[in-house]
Amino acid sequence: MTQPFVHPYIPNSAPETKAAMLKAVGADSIDEFYVDIPADLRMNRPLDLPEALVAEQDLVSHVQALLSSNVSTKENLSFLGAGTYNHFVPTVVDEVINRSEFLTAYAGEPYEDHGRFQALFQYQSLMGELLNMDVVNVPTYDGFQATATSLSMAGRMSGRRGVIVASDVMPDKLSRVQDFVSPNLDLVFVPTVNGTADVAAVAALVTDQTAAIWLETPSFTGAVETAIQELADAAHAAGAVLVVGTDPVGYGVITPPADQGADIVCGDIQSFGLHQWFGGAHGGFIAVHDDPKFIMEMPSRLFGLESTDVPGEYGFGDVAYDRTSFALREEGKEWVGTAAALWGIAAGVYLALMGPEGMAELGETLLARTQYAQQELAALPGVELTDSALHLREFVVDFSSSSVSAHSVVETLRGQGIEPGVVIGEYELLVCVTEMNSQTDIDRLVTAIAAVTANAAVTNTQEKNA
Amino acid sequence: MSLPVAPKPAVRRFHQASWDEKIIFELSTPGERGVLVSRPEPGVRSAVGDVVANLPVSLRRKKKAALPEMAQMRVLRHYLRLSQQNLGADLNIDVGQGTCTMKYSPKVNDALIRTTKLVDLHPLQNEADVQGILDLIWRLERMIAEISGMHAVSLHTSGGSTAIWMNISMIRAYHASRGEADQRDEVITTIFSHPSNAATAKAAGYKVITLHPDADGYPDADALRAVIGPRTAAIMITNPEDTGIFNPRVKEWVDLAHSVGALASYDQANANGILGITRAREAGFDVCHFNLHKTFSTPHACGGPGAGASAVSEALEPFLPGPVIVRDGDRFSLNRDRPQSIGKVAPFYGVVPNLVRAYSWIMALGAEGLREVAEIAVLNNNYLMKRVLEIPGATAPYAEGRRRIEQVRYSWEELHADTGITTEQIGVRMSDYGMHYWTSHHPYVVPEPFTLEPTEAYSKDELDEYADALTQVAREARENPEIVRTAPHNQTVHRTHEDTLDDPEKWAITWRAYQRKYFS
Repeated sequence: MTQPFVHPYIPNSAPETKAAMLKAVGADSIDEFYVDIPADLRMNRPLDLPEALVAEQDLVSHVQALLSSNVSTKENLSFLGAGTYNHFVPTVVDEVINRSEFLTAYAGEPYEDHGRFQALFQYQSLMGELLNMDVVNVPTYDGFQATATSLSMAGRMSGRRGVIVASDVMPDKLSRVQDFVSPNLDLVFVPTVNGTADVAAVAALVTDQTAAIWLETPSFTGAVETAIQELADAAHAAGAVLVVGTDPVGYGVITPPADQGADIVCGDIQSFGLHQWFGGAHGGFIAVHDDPKFIMEMPSRLFGLESTDVPGEYGFGDVAYDRTSFALREEGKEWVGTAAALWGIAAGVYLALMGPEGMAELGETLLARTQYAQQELAALPGVELTDSALHLREFVVDFSSSSVSAHSVVETLRGQGIEPGVVIGEYELLVCVTEMNSQTDIDRLVTAIAAVTANAAVTNTQEKNA
Repeated sequence: MSLPVAPKPAVRRFHQASWDEKIIFELSTPGERGVLVSRPEPGVRSAVGDVVANLPVSLRRKKKAALPEMAQMRVLRHYLRLSQQNLGADLNIDVGQGTCTMKYSPKVNDALIRTTKLVDLHPLQNEADVQGILDLIWRLERMIAEISGMHAVSLHTSGGSTAIWMNISMIRAYHASRGEADQRDEVITTIFSHPSNAATAKAAGYKVITLHPDADGYPDADALRAVIGPRTAAIMITNPEDTGIFNPRVKEWVDLAHSVGALASYDQANANGILGITRAREAGFDVCHFNLHKTFSTPHACGGPGAGASAVSEALEPFLPGPVIVRDGDRFSLNRDRPQSIGKVAPFYGVVPNLVRAYSWIMALGAEGLREVAEIAVLNNNYLMKRVLEIPGATAPYAEGRRRIEQVRYSWEELHADTGITTEQIGVRMSDYGMHYWTSHHPYVVPEPFTLEPTEAYSKDELDEYADALTQVAREARENPEIVRTAPHNQTVHRTHEDTLDDPEKWAITWRAYQRKYFS
């Protein structure tokens, strides 16, 4: 006789309970509940799945064994960025977001989930201070979606289709944006000059059909835009808006785009208290001024402060709920759904811990270490920077003058336990430096690359002499 | 009085934590620090100089961000208090959030992901260094393929609605590849399918046609026949629908779509009651999606991240986002050469921590366990339905006398007519008993709706407790309606005013906006 299947996750799989419940509802078997599912749609065999590991210890052994073959960035020296960044995550951030009450909650009302509403209102508010903007959404999926939505908002507000892309955009992000906006917007690309926007060329393309100028700072190559105000002026002169895609990690020391005329500022919050997770921990923010023209185009939820019946007590609620697809189905703005709220809470805790001084210090450290790495690498024979723009965290080195492919640099350094960056061209490597990379780490990278290019120089000379 | 202690009352005496906590900016003390940051070394400083002073004037932030200044433990204590003021599925008999499948998210899966072997992986590392996670994701894809019966799977999206978006985007690309993009400009859905089917189709540029059910609550095939045609790009439907009613003619719907050259997209948000019972493949669908945070147990995380799983037919496989994981013997690699792909739908490879959780959940159950999940979820639902329908004033519109699959959309129409109490008021009062309760998506097709989905995760005793609380609140509505109208009484905060939330002059979406509008 086979044992009845009783599983720890399924209390009523206990046979006595099952029988009592069937009896209570007047059913002879569970099959009676499926009477609406026609026989030809029924599975007539068990699902073909691996054998279950019903004992928790067996499951643990199995999954640990699978994951144990990974070699993490803690076990090598990583200069990888390109969308996912290795920043320090304060322990308190993980402590808070792993709290069961936050981790397992979903869509509770402002009463029983008051904590969630307050934590996300505070996230909105903390981001607002960093960005100098009055309105920030409850996070959307990721920076890709935030950007696609921000551009779409510009299109809806203006009734226009034109978007002028003024910066070098991360290819994956551009792919997502293009797929999303294709029914409503047409993108025109203006090549950058020395890593940043060609302001005159962008301005010359602005017409009365332009919905937005789209700027990325830092750009895909880490270049920081210096002409935000000029681009904003060019957009505004034609009744268009300036959409700035950004990673907010530098705004402890760098002027936020809103102070230079940006209308919509958007991007990813992974840098704020989220681990790398193999690229699996992203959240998107969209920030605007307190202008209903913009706010009413936002698809995400916005949590607002409210009073209650008790003086001195804070309540919360959904602001302008009747713009969302929850309220209006297809007549809402795009859609809203399960996105990245817990990551928003994490980012809020991160900003609260960092405070004004922490964010300023982080910005300085990132600028300093980035510039140090740039200087040291550019000092090597056969290694050049692709531009002289100001960079934050990422920059591109070019090995073409030493005739060493970026791919071979990566292969060689991987053999030494170093991930030197992301190959973005035959000779071009995108290098990322964060506060996690010390001077010693950077020196090690430089020494390793120096050896590769020196070797190549010797080989090239030998070939020439041969 | 002394021992023995009196028996407990039938309904739990609950009070939510109420710390009367300030907003975090009010906790700031100048000079306090929550965490210190790695600073540039002397060698770096001497090489690069004062990088902040050297910024162009326009880029140098004039005034530091007005973030709070707080010592570490103050930040911790503040957020722990907030967490206590949040109910969460772990503390709650969370059957009140129908359509969302609030089941147990096993703690072992949370523990399994907290390893440096996952937390500290970068998505662009050497493939040789990430074989373990690629292997796991590949296995999960194959499991979802088997559970759906479909050909190929992508796990890239981070929620259910964005998975639906991805599906309509692939459908759009499919029609474009056949030169029919312009001709096919309509998508058909039903009113009891999740609103994101309508909303994503509209965002993708389609005209949306929404069908209402027949008099008995079943999706109306005649209504479909009346609107489907050469302009139809796709039908996008949920089954069972949010009423808990399974469309027995779903194959006919799919065949109708195919007969006019349209595709059929299946929203499997409500799959929990049919795992191992019936699949997208058998009904002929071209594409479907699951919410890993619903059916496959990953925690709902206050509203994400979740994870979506899209499963497609052979014909749609070329349109999947890249890169895709390819297995060659026991080696795994990422194939980025996908000329027909819709491109990226999200950064990299999806919400990886949730993929590991979902994989672990399936592995803990296996085929027999998944079927048991479905059967018990359905048993629980029909049991709870029996209990709810015993409450005077509660009804389950449509399909009278029929069983439901995994959830039911109920109505308090009769109770409302008798007492004037609304479903929202009942929801607030339920929170006084430590229970979450949700109404319905909009529009309220069912009057005074509420939607309960017990899943497999709650015991009979717990279902009884929820039903007892609901019975108690319905009785209060008749006998003491004021206590319902003035609820909550046992919550973190009291009745919240809503008069500023729709007024641009008055709403306060950030602390700074609140300060500006009311204190400057």
